[in-house]
Amino acid sequence: MLRSYLGKRLAAILPVLFGVSVIIFLLMHLAPGDVTTVLLGPQATEQDRVALRHTLGLDQPLPVQYGRWLERTAEGDFGTSIATSLPVTALILPRFVNTIILTVASLFLAVLIGYSAGLFAALRARSWFDRSMMTVTLIFGSTPPFWLGLLLVLLFALKLQWLPVSGMIDMAGDGGVLDTLHHLVLPAVTTALAPAAIIARMVRSSILESLGRPHVLVARAKGLRRRDLLRRHVVLNALPPIMTITGLQLGYLLGGALFSEVVFAWPGLGSLLYSSITARDMPVVQAATLLIALTFVLVNILVDLVNVLIDPRLQES
Amino acid sequence: MVTTSLSEPAAEPNAEAIAAELGTVDAPVIATRRWRLAAFTRDRAALVASIFLLIVCAAAVLAPWISPYDPNVASGQLRFAPPLTPGHILGTDEQGRDMLSRLLWGGRISLLVGLVPVALASAAGLVLGLVAGYAGGIIDQLIMRTLDVLFAFPMVLLAIAIAGVLTPGISTEIIAIAVVLIPYVGRLARTATLGVVAMPFIEAARAAGASRTALLARYITPNVLPPLLVYATTLIGLMIVVGSGLSFLGLGVQPPTADWGSMVSEGREVLATAPFVTLLPGLVIVVVSLAFNFIGDGLRDALDPRSARR
Repeated sequence: MLRSYLGKRLAAILPVLFGVSVIIFLLMHLAPGDVTTVLLGPQATEQDRVALRHTLGLDQPLPVQYGRWLERTAEGDFGTSIATSLPVTALILPRFVNTIILTVASLFLAVLIGYSAGLFAALRARSWFDRSMMTVTLIFGSTPPFWLGLLLVLLFALKLQWLPVSGMIDMAGDGGVLDTLHHLVLPAVTTALAPAAIIARMVRSSILESLGRPHVLVARAKGLRRRDLLRRHVVLNALPPIMTITGLQLGYLLGGALFSEVVFAWPGLGSLLYSSITARDMPVVQAATLLIALTFVLVNILVDLVNVLIDPRLQES
Repeated sequence: MVTTSLSEPAAEPNAEAIAAELGTVDAPVIATRRWRLAAFTRDRAALVASIFLLIVCAAAVLAPWISPYDPNVASGQLRFAPPLTPGHILGTDEQGRDMLSRLLWGGRISLLVGLVPVALASAAGLVLGLVAGYAGGIIDQLIMRTLDVLFAFPMVLLAIAIAGVLTPGISTEIIAIAVVLIPYVGRLARTATLGVVAMPFIEAARAAGASRTALLARYITPNVLPPLLVYATTLIGLMIVVGSGLSFLGLGVQPPTADWGSMVSEGREVLATAPFVTLLPGLVIVVVSLAFNFIGDGLRDALDPRSARR
C-alpha cells in the first residue's frame, strides 16, 4: 500500500522535473548579454563569434539546444564554469555537502526550539510566558535573515568575541569537527530562528486544539496522569499538522540558508549561487538551481511519506 | 455576502505556512452581509498597525517634500554621525548621507516592492484559480500542474535566480517576486473557488438562469476575494522582507539609490564601527512587515465571523 503510494508520488514528479528543467533552461536564455562576449572578450571579431556559437551549438533551434542540454545534464555533465574554468559538477558537489550540513543543523535547531517553545506556550496558554513567546515568534517571523545574521555577528562575534565572524574553518586551526561546529553556530541560528518561530506557533495552536478534544476530556476525567495524558492523547494527535508545517519550512530553510551563507561566507551552494550570479557564470547558476529544486522536490516527497506513516488516512487524498 | 472560512491564525509570515492554513477551507459558511469595519477597528493591534502604516506610506510618498536632505548626496563633512546628532536626527552613513532622508526615500522603493508584486500576483492568481476551480477537468489539471512546477523551487531561491539572471533593477525585482507568488495565490484562489462553487446558492443561481459570466462575476469572485485579501495583506509584509533580501544581495535597486535592504547591505562594511547604519533600516523592515501581519490578522478576524480573537 505504502509502496504504491510512493510509486505514485515518484511518477508524479517526472512532469514536474521536466517543467523545472524547461524553466531553468529558458531562464538562462532570457539572460541578457551574449555568452560569446563573455568567453571571447569584447575585442573578438564577428567571425570568431559565429564560429564559437556554432561550436557551442547556439545556432541551433531552441528545442534542439534544450534536448542536448538535457542529455548532458542527465549524465551529470553541467559543463564548465565560465568564471573558474572548472567542471561545474566538481565545483558544486562539495558546496552542496556544506549546504546540507548547514540546513540539517538549522532544521534540528528550528525543530528543537519550535517544538519546545510551542509546547510550553500551549501548556501555559494565556500566561505571560505564552504571550511573550507569541510576540517573540511574530517578531522573528518578520525579521530578514540577513539582518538577523548581522545582529548576531555584531553581538557574539564583534562585541563578545565568542564566535567567529565568518567562514567554515579556522585557517590557523586544525579544521576538525569542533572547529566547524564553532563556525556553524551563528549561521545555523540565523537560518533556524524564523522557521522555529513558525513551527512554535503551529505547535501551540495544534496542541491547544488537541487539548480541547472530547477524548482528552474523557481521559482526564478518568484520572489519567498529566504526563501520560499529554504523551498518549495530546502530542501524538497534534503531530500531523505540525509535521506538514515543519516540512514546508524546508523551503524556507533553503532560502534562508542562502542569506546566512552570504553573510557568514559559509562555502555552500547558496553563496556559490550568489557569487555565480554576480559573475554571470550561467552554467553554475543553472546547475545550482537545478540541484536545489531537485533536492527540494525529493525532500517534500520524503516529508509526505513520513506524514503518511504517522497518519495513514492521508494516503486517500 | 458569503465568505469562505479562513480557518486558523495566519500570522505566520511565511508564504508556504500561510497558504497551507488559509487554503484548508474546511466548510464554507454563510456569514456577514457586508464588511465588518467595526470588527476590524475593534482589533486594537490591527488598528494601531493601520495608522502606523498610513504614516509610513505618507512619509514615503511625501519624501521629496519632507526629506531634510538629498538622500544620495553627502551633506557636509559629517560621516558616521550617530543618531540624535543635531541636524541629523538618525545620523549619517559612511558617505555622510543623512540616514533619515535615505530611509524616507528608500521606503518608496521598499514599499513599492512589497505592494506591486503582490497586487500583480493576486490578479494573476485570482484569474488562474477561478478558471481552474470553476472549469475543472483538463483545464484545472493543466493550470495546477503548471503551477506545481513553480512550487518545485524554494520561493526565495527562485526569486533570486530570476532577478539574478535578468538585469538588476527595481522592475526586475518586482517581476521576480510576482512570478514566484503566482502559484501560492493561485492555489489559494482555486481552493476557495471550489468551496464556493459547491454551495447551494450557486446551484440556485444557475437554476435561475444566471450565465457563466454572471455566475463568476457576481457570485463566485466576491466570495473568493476575502480570503485572498487576507492572504495578500500578509504577503505584502513578507515580500517587503524578501524584496529587501534581493536588494541586500545587490539584485534590486542599484547604488546610490537606497532602499531598506540595500541600506542594510551598505552598513555591513562598517558594522563594527557604526552599527546603527545597519540596525536602523533592518528595524524599519521588521516593524513595517509586522504591521502588515497585524492588519492581515485583523482582516481575517473581521471577515470570518467564526474565528474569534484568541
